[in-house]
Amino acid sequence: MAKFAIDKIKIEAIYSCVPSQKIKTSEYSLFSNYECLLFEKTTGIKERRVASKDLTCSDLCFKAAESLLTDLKIDREEIDVLIFVSQSPDYFLPATAIILQEKLGLAKNCMAFDINLGCSGYVYGLSVLSSLLKSGLKKGLLLAGDKSTISTSFNDKSTYPLFGDAGSATLLSFDKISEPMFFDLHSDGSGKDAIIIEYGHSRFPYNTFNDEEREYEPGIKRSRNHLALDGMKVFNFALKEVAKSIDECLQFAKNEKESVDFFVLHQANKLINDSVRKKMKLAEDKFPMSIDNFGNTSSASIPLTICTSLKNQIENKELTLLLSGFGVGLSWANVLLKMGPIPVKCIDYD
Amino acid sequence: MDIQELINHIEIEFDDLQKGPLYPDTSIREIEGWSSMHALLLIALIDNHYDVLLTGEELKNALTVQDIYEVISKRKA
Repeated sequence: MAKFAIDKIKIEAIYSCVPSQKIKTSEYSLFSNYECLLFEKTTGIKERRVASKDLTCSDLCFKAAESLLTDLKIDREEIDVLIFVSQSPDYFLPATAIILQEKLGLAKNCMAFDINLGCSGYVYGLSVLSSLLKSGLKKGLLLAGDKSTISTSFNDKSTYPLFGDAGSATLLSFDKISEPMFFDLHSDGSGKDAIIIEYGHSRFPYNTFNDEEREYEPGIKRSRNHLALDGMKVFNFALKEVAKSIDECLQFAKNEKESVDFFVLHQANKLINDSVRKKMKLAEDKFPMSIDNFGNTSSASIPLTICTSLKNQIENKELTLLLSGFGVGLSWANVLLKMGPIPVKCIDYD
Repeated sequence: MDIQELINHIEIEFDDLQKGPLYPDTSIREIEGWSSMHALLLIALIDNHYDVLLTGEELKNALTVQDIYEVISKRKA
């Protein structure tokens, strides 16, 4: 059972970076006015940020990390670990984390590797990085994000208007007086088909024949090289597992939900987060939101929400936060932790 | 729980869709403008009010409001 506590680790700062190009849901030409209103009501997405052709997730994470290290005047020799969490790496190989190690001017004795996870990835990344720092390292960078818009088909109404691009950088350090973080991590591979890009890797290598788009149902037309999303399955999974696992995490930490200042949930869909909140019988203002302005930003959604919707609070005082990521895999993860006051920033990539 | 209560919940949630009152034998998917988004809203509504999480398959097989009511009743029994 992947429930564990890690103490003596401090989150020092969180920076996020988003492309400057804004696309409004109302600009999506395949939506009728009514569909647009219904989509906005259900998902909460009014606008999202979309990266240009040449801009990658690693570029967004690099900018977030470079600004963070510069602003905080961090000695780059002290960064012992760099983890890049993403499902849109720069290349098939090598791992993007290693490219970022060099670009950020980190030492060659810094360990760097990728974690291939999506919506649960930020919490998973925190757990791995914290464990490594606990074993005696000094500081570590967690870079998490995705350029999901590269894999969606314009002709698929179930995915195209849903995703935004974003990157993030979180600096962690070993700190003798920091209180424990309580992790609770889960996986269920039986749901692998619920969110999948079927072609392009070794099971089904990319071929141009599969670029041809096919209509799966009205409004859902895509190729087998595109992202496929079974919205109903994902929705059912989230309603079944998220509130339950948050409760389990709180029980493991021997904490009451009332002691949590904010529940920062992955921003997949407003209806999911509203349903989780209602199940937990908590007020709306306990659940900050960023999906309205950024869409579903995969593993960047939690840090992006903290940098935008919780900026004033987290910069001025210590908060007890419950972070919850869930989605592709299927994979879900929660952590209860204390954070703040720390600097946070959301930067536009010009 | 009775079927009228379920109908009331659905009528409030989908007030933008309806052209007339709902009846037990109304076929949900034949309501003008019905979409996959409404299916998600309906699942969330049922989960919220009755603590019953319908699967996509269950909803697909339930043609009318009465069918949905029966699935909920069976699951709650």
